[in-house]
Amino acid sequence: MEYKQYVIGVIVSNVSGVLSRVSGMFTRRGFNIDCLTVGETESAGFSRITVAFRGDNDIRDKILKQLEKLHDVKEVEVLDPNDTVIRELLLIKVHNSPATRQDIMTAVEIFRSKIVDYSPSALICELTGETSKIDAFIELMKPYGIMEMCRTGIVAIERGDNCLKTMKQL
Amino acid sequence: MRITGAKIVVETLIEQGCETVFGFPGGQVIDLFDELYLSSDRIHHILTAHEQGAAHAADGFARATGKVGVCIATSGPGATNLVTGIATAYLDSVPVVAITGNVPCSLIGRDSFQEVDILGVTMPVTKHNFIVKDIRELADTLRSAFKIAKSGRPGPVLVDIPKDVQTAEWDFEPRPDPVRPYPLTFASENKLRRAAELINAAEKPYIYFGGGIVSGKASKELLALADKIDAPLGSSLMGLSAVPYDCPRFLGMNGKHGHYASFAALTEADLVIALGVRFSDRSAFEGDSLPKIIHIDIDNAELDKNVPADLAIEGDIKDSLYRLIPMLGEHEHPEWSARIEELRNEERRRYDLADSRRGDIAGKLAPHDIIGVVSSLASEDDIIVTDVGQHQMWTAQMYPLRKPRTFLTSGGLGTMGYGMGAAIGASAATGRRAVLFTGDGSFGMSLNELATAVSQKTPLVVVIMNNGVLGMVRQLQTRFYDKHYSATTLARQTDFVKVAEAFGAKGGRAANADELRALAEEAFAYDGTFVIDCAVDCDEAVQSPLRETD
Repeated sequence: MEYKQYVIGVIVSNVSGVLSRVSGMFTRRGFNIDCLTVGETESAGFSRITVAFRGDNDIRDKILKQLEKLHDVKEVEVLDPNDTVIRELLLIKVHNSPATRQDIMTAVEIFRSKIVDYSPSALICELTGETSKIDAFIELMKPYGIMEMCRTGIVAIERGDNCLKTMKQL
Repeated sequence: MRITGAKIVVETLIEQGCETVFGFPGGQVIDLFDELYLSSDRIHHILTAHEQGAAHAADGFARATGKVGVCIATSGPGATNLVTGIATAYLDSVPVVAITGNVPCSLIGRDSFQEVDILGVTMPVTKHNFIVKDIRELADTLRSAFKIAKSGRPGPVLVDIPKDVQTAEWDFEPRPDPVRPYPLTFASENKLRRAAELINAAEKPYIYFGGGIVSGKASKELLALADKIDAPLGSSLMGLSAVPYDCPRFLGMNGKHGHYASFAALTEADLVIALGVRFSDRSAFEGDSLPKIIHIDIDNAELDKNVPADLAIEGDIKDSLYRLIPMLGEHEHPEWSARIEELRNEERRRYDLADSRRGDIAGKLAPHDIIGVVSSLASEDDIIVTDVGQHQMWTAQMYPLRKPRTFLTSGGLGTMGYGMGAAIGASAATGRRAVLFTGDGSFGMSLNELATAVSQKTPLVVVIMNNGVLGMVRQLQTRFYDKHYSATTLARQTDFVKVAEAFGAKGGRAANADELRALAEEAFAYDGTFVIDCAVDCDEAVQSPLRETD
């Protein structure tokens, strides 16, 4: 069976426990999450969760239906990767040494990354982009010595005037 | 008017039409119980022996009536004791509102005395749950709980109320009417038309129905459909009681412990019309050569979940059938009907064979004799309740059920110990007699509720099929585990007659049909709880349509 990655946007009520309900559904029914992000929306009462997971059409449909059943879930939609802006943020701390500094700076420039902290022994780069770009940058940094890193997981929003919810619902 | 949170709870329950609640008090619901005391002329509280009994009683109340059942427990162990009952209701789609007290908001998260995160615990086994930390939201949260519990596919909802919210005061205005469920989902017209095309083209249609017919009140439409298209009917365990047992089209329960003809007809059908049923893994609906399937259910998430359907339709079952039937032609399938008759004959042959092989065992009652005697004395309005195990399957296979909501059993979760609570709740809800078929294993898990049945003067006949073993597991051990009867032989010396008497009920023991009949006559004439201990052989097995005989 052909598995591919799906990205879904989920609008939920901004109430305590909602993240447990959504993530718990995945655990309970044996679906795997690649990444999950959550944050506020333009409307105070609602949060937006972006989930990426691997599966086939059948798994995707089951996940959508189970999410739609949750009382706090207001809207679920599969985002078309060809028509969606998908971004992730990376903060990565690498060793700073005179021998490697220039190479790192070059990579930072080519990737349109930014150096957001600088000390004699370490520097922190900030990078946003699609997952593949983030992966490539991390790969590039490995030889210089990654001290620590964190990435946010993806957020995604449809291009054009397509929106995940109607104004009426919010 | 400005009143306490505890009073808001009681007033909202009354507003929602709730006249009976089941519960057990404790430190964090003492305020709520104080209000129940003060309002005892308007709302009746039934004290159970254990919170699990209260949850099952609320479940039995709901299954017997279709109304929302309510149970109340204190924080911590009170709340966790509800969990099995809530999960039982969840798996069988029963509308229950469970109310728990909790420690005051300021103590939450500190592992305080009798504190447990019941929201987290019950998240996977409720339709939804709430904790109310702001008294201003209390009444509306309770209203939402009722609304969610009874909307669409019903299910349990838990509301956790910290003690300080119960003691705080806020304005309360009663609403004139109980909340209405969310609007029904109606099936798409196009899909119903496609269903009609498939049904009109079918030569060997089979209608497979479940508990959705009972909760969706669609028995009449179901029978009209079967008549119009000349199709046999088979049910899941949860579908039992939706049609009278002697309806000529009804082949009985399907599934691993179902009727042979019901099972065999399904495997030979060219079209299965699945109505309000979820194709559980007990349904024996598997194999490589599945027929075409039309699946109609109120819960979209059940469509294509366990068995892929050729046509899946989300919608209220009563409305769907009501609109579908006029789209169908009048059909007759004489060959198919003849084949069904053959299968029924084969079923009789198999059961007669099993009976003849078994023979009479001195001092033991055959399960079908027990059910035969009891059902001959019971009225068709009596509510038949089971626990879980062999006795449950025997009752499901053989009891002549006639009316919807007269058969209460834990189908999805398979909860041993369900029966006593459910029987008490069902009887309290309807004022009618309950008849509980149980086993010595299951009864051992819930016989503490005899105390409740006696205190409530519940008209209840408890029929114990006492075989001294945990029969269903033993049956599996016989077949698949080289007769290693690990932990299934009950070397107990429990005297159930004395147990009944010790609790203040009546009891008697039967080892043959005459004794049973005499006792059952006494039991059904008795205005209270009567326990009949029936001796059953430990090697009695539940017949399965999947194999010839054991």
